[in-house]
Amino acid sequence: MGAGHAHKLYRQGRSPVHALPAHCKIAAVFGFVLIVVSTPREAVWAFGLYAVLLAAVAAAARIPAGFLLKRLLIEVPFVAFALLMPFVAEGPRVHALGMSLSESGLWGAWNILAKGTLGVAASVLLASTTELRALLLGLQRLKMPPMLVQIASFMIRYGDVITDEMRRMRIARVSRGFEARGIRHWGVLAKSAGALFIRSYERGERVHLAMVSRGYTGTMPVTDEVRADRAQWTSAALLPLAALAVCLLGWTL
Amino acid sequence: MNTTAPSLEVAGLAYAYPDGHQALFGVDLTVARGERVALLGPNGAGKTTLVLHLNGILEAGAGTVAVAGLPVAKRNLAEIRRRVGIVFQDPDDQLFMPTVREDVAFGPAAAGLRGAELEERVIEALDRVGMAGFADRPPHHLSFGQRRRVAVATVLAMRPEILVLDEPSSNLDPASRRELADVLRSLDVTVLMVTHDLPYALELCPRSVVLSGGVIAADGRTQDLLCDADLMAAHRLELPFGFDPRSVTAPV
Amino acid sequence: MHVPDGFINAPVSVATGAVAAAAVAVSLRGARRELGGDGLGGERTAPLAGLVAAFIFAVQMLNFPVAAGTSGHLLGGALAAILVGPYTGVLCVSVVLLMQGVLFADGGLTALGVNITDMAVTTTVVAYLLFRGLVKVLPRKRRSITVASFVAALVSVPAAALVFTLIYALGGTADVSTGKVLTAMVGVHVLIGIGEAVITALTVGAVIAVRPDLVYGARGLSKPLELKVVPVAAPAAPGAPRPEPAAAPVAASEAAPTAEAEPKAPAPAPAHRSTKRVWLAGVAAALVCAGGVSYYASASPDGLEKVAHDQGIDKQAKDHAAKDSPLADYSVKDITDARLSGGLAGVIGVGATLAVGTGVFVVVRRRRDAAETAITDDRTPQQV
Repeated sequence: MGAGHAHKLYRQGRSPVHALPAHCKIAAVFGFVLIVVSTPREAVWAFGLYAVLLAAVAAAARIPAGFLLKRLLIEVPFVAFALLMPFVAEGPRVHALGMSLSESGLWGAWNILAKGTLGVAASVLLASTTELRALLLGLQRLKMPPMLVQIASFMIRYGDVITDEMRRMRIARVSRGFEARGIRHWGVLAKSAGALFIRSYERGERVHLAMVSRGYTGTMPVTDEVRADRAQWTSAALLPLAALAVCLLGWTL
Repeated sequence: MNTTAPSLEVAGLAYAYPDGHQALFGVDLTVARGERVALLGPNGAGKTTLVLHLNGILEAGAGTVAVAGLPVAKRNLAEIRRRVGIVFQDPDDQLFMPTVREDVAFGPAAAGLRGAELEERVIEALDRVGMAGFADRPPHHLSFGQRRRVAVATVLAMRPEILVLDEPSSNLDPASRRELADVLRSLDVTVLMVTHDLPYALELCPRSVVLSGGVIAADGRTQDLLCDADLMAAHRLELPFGFDPRSVTAPV
Repeated sequence: MHVPDGFINAPVSVATGAVAAAAVAVSLRGARRELGGDGLGGERTAPLAGLVAAFIFAVQMLNFPVAAGTSGHLLGGALAAILVGPYTGVLCVSVVLLMQGVLFADGGLTALGVNITDMAVTTTVVAYLLFRGLVKVLPRKRRSITVASFVAALVSVPAAALVFTLIYALGGTADVSTGKVLTAMVGVHVLIGIGEAVITALTVGAVIAVRPDLVYGARGLSKPLELKVVPVAAPAAPGAPRPEPAAAPVAASEAAPTAEAEPKAPAPAPAHRSTKRVWLAGVAAALVCAGGVSYYASASPDGLEKVAHDQGIDKQAKDHAAKDSPLADYSVKDITDARLSGGLAGVIGVGATLAVGTGVFVVVRRRRDAAETAITDDRTPQQV
């Protein structure tokens, strides 16, 4: 996770998935994840079908499996948590491999692993087929407050600049023979953080000046009106609709 | 627009910051249309304060500023900010949008332009600084010199009456410095250039003014000012080692 | 602590989403006031909040080495609240979480509401209230700001864990008793809180030494600016120290001299006597808060456990790691009243935590003192 990698998240491509308007994709992914989360965990086969659905989307977007799997690593801390669950959960226990495991804990672990992984995979697909800027504009078209979108775009725009400043400060520290090895060096690091805050805030003030100088009065002019036609909405809806069918089956079977 | 009025007319401008520090003590400055003028002066002379008055970010304590005949006042601010294009020193402050295209479009779009007309503006402005091929790049992927040129394009897109540049040559390598000079020379707008880079001022601006202690201390041909050793010393202006302003043929 | 999809069930996810949306909406209004312009016109919220969000994003990547290759990093809620105000803080951390969720899949999309509610809203609000309360109570000294930041950050992290547990109790999908989750979450997060507290206090201290005007939580504490009584008649001398807006300060190490060059920071007399009082007051306030919070919080989980017990679900013996510790299950042995014992456990836990934290803090500061006197020999006493 780092602003420095921000541009690596997106995979350039010309697939039909890339071509869909961002707001359709966001809505579709969100719907999909919500449906996955609502699926009963006992319907193991349903999660298999969800995975197949996502694989189909990945194939259509020509996202290689390796890329997708590598990005799934973000989940690892919670995998550890999930693995712990069979040991600490309540309820009747089963004995396997010489260990006493809680049955409901096993279900809980499966539930989190399956739903979490599907959620991450869906988000990764979204981020790798949609440009950053388009994502933000998509959120705005989905009625996220424009001010929030503005803040987010400033964060993205200046994330790199500030990370760069942080790196330069680190180099300056290292060049003067400082190496943070333990708690006793926190003071120096915290001073760097403080200086970074001051720089960030003052840059914010300067950016505001530059904006005002070019006629900013509080709202960003919306310059590109991307509209989605019915066909695009329909193809974006394929994923959540298919998932919904699976989910309903999961509840009835 | 009043075509006979000078691009910039500053008269008796004085200003004190809210904390009581007074930065300007009655500045008089007139820049005719199409002129390129360098604004020289030591650190703390009030150069930035003066610049922030030109588009009404700071409000004059006394005196007046007019751009092409239009007085800088609250009711005119939108038009004033269109007419005065300020290029700030750090292009990272100026280029705040995610892509070059959106950044250049920001000013004209804020003024209400849309669609094909807006796109045309953007391409035209980028073309004039030689950056037309970079419209879809994010600004932080450009070199520093390229960012500075895009910053110039962002204000050119507003078709300003006067272009105000704050330290345009700072942090540029010699090639980028020359490229920017070529760009500035090719523009047919009035230019006011705040700079410490005296050879650059001599190269680009036939006329210079020295702002020192909050007043205009000298106003004349750049070459004459730079050759006046007493004047230079009195205002902490120093030429780079080995540079002799007499030895070059200055533009007129 | 980024919660993924599937950890909390759908209805509660949606409900927390609504809570988060409301909180963000309120913060949007509040932030406008906090970042309000200085008469420059236009709207400063977007660029300033955006830059602060970028700062928090960056500072979360700044690793603070603990020992032997492990390191921690700042969560930033308390820091943001103190530096830029609670509304802007909520806004900035929320945007960071949103971007982490959408771009990096760090934290589930449906769990966004949960994540924003506990990590953006709880931390900032708790930290800010505590901070303001302490600042009001403590003497008007710079050191009080540091102490208040420390306590605010220290409590804010376990408070977030508490809220998380509450959400979990409402809509958790795993079959782990709420009491266990509470113990584990609060326990771990008290530890994290110590780190957060030290870093936050040091960072706020660093900012306040250079630009006290930028610390939102400390506004109104410093005297109104009364600087530069140089007679105006003389035009500013060449090289007069009028900082031009374009000129940014200042690497951390250069910051110390700047602070001294600025006459506007009136140097309060270094009062060593009052230090002890300040610490005592801080500790007392933290204990009261923690005790109170636990007192109320413990009622619900205990109730749940009781229900589980009555229903006979809870047949298995609990094999709890901390079973024999005095704080097992977050209640004190031999005290029957659930609420009271929970509250007491909270007090004891936070007391112990504070003791450890104070120890660490004192050691750190002493070391830092030594390090700094070695580097910069001319600092004013109250800064170190």
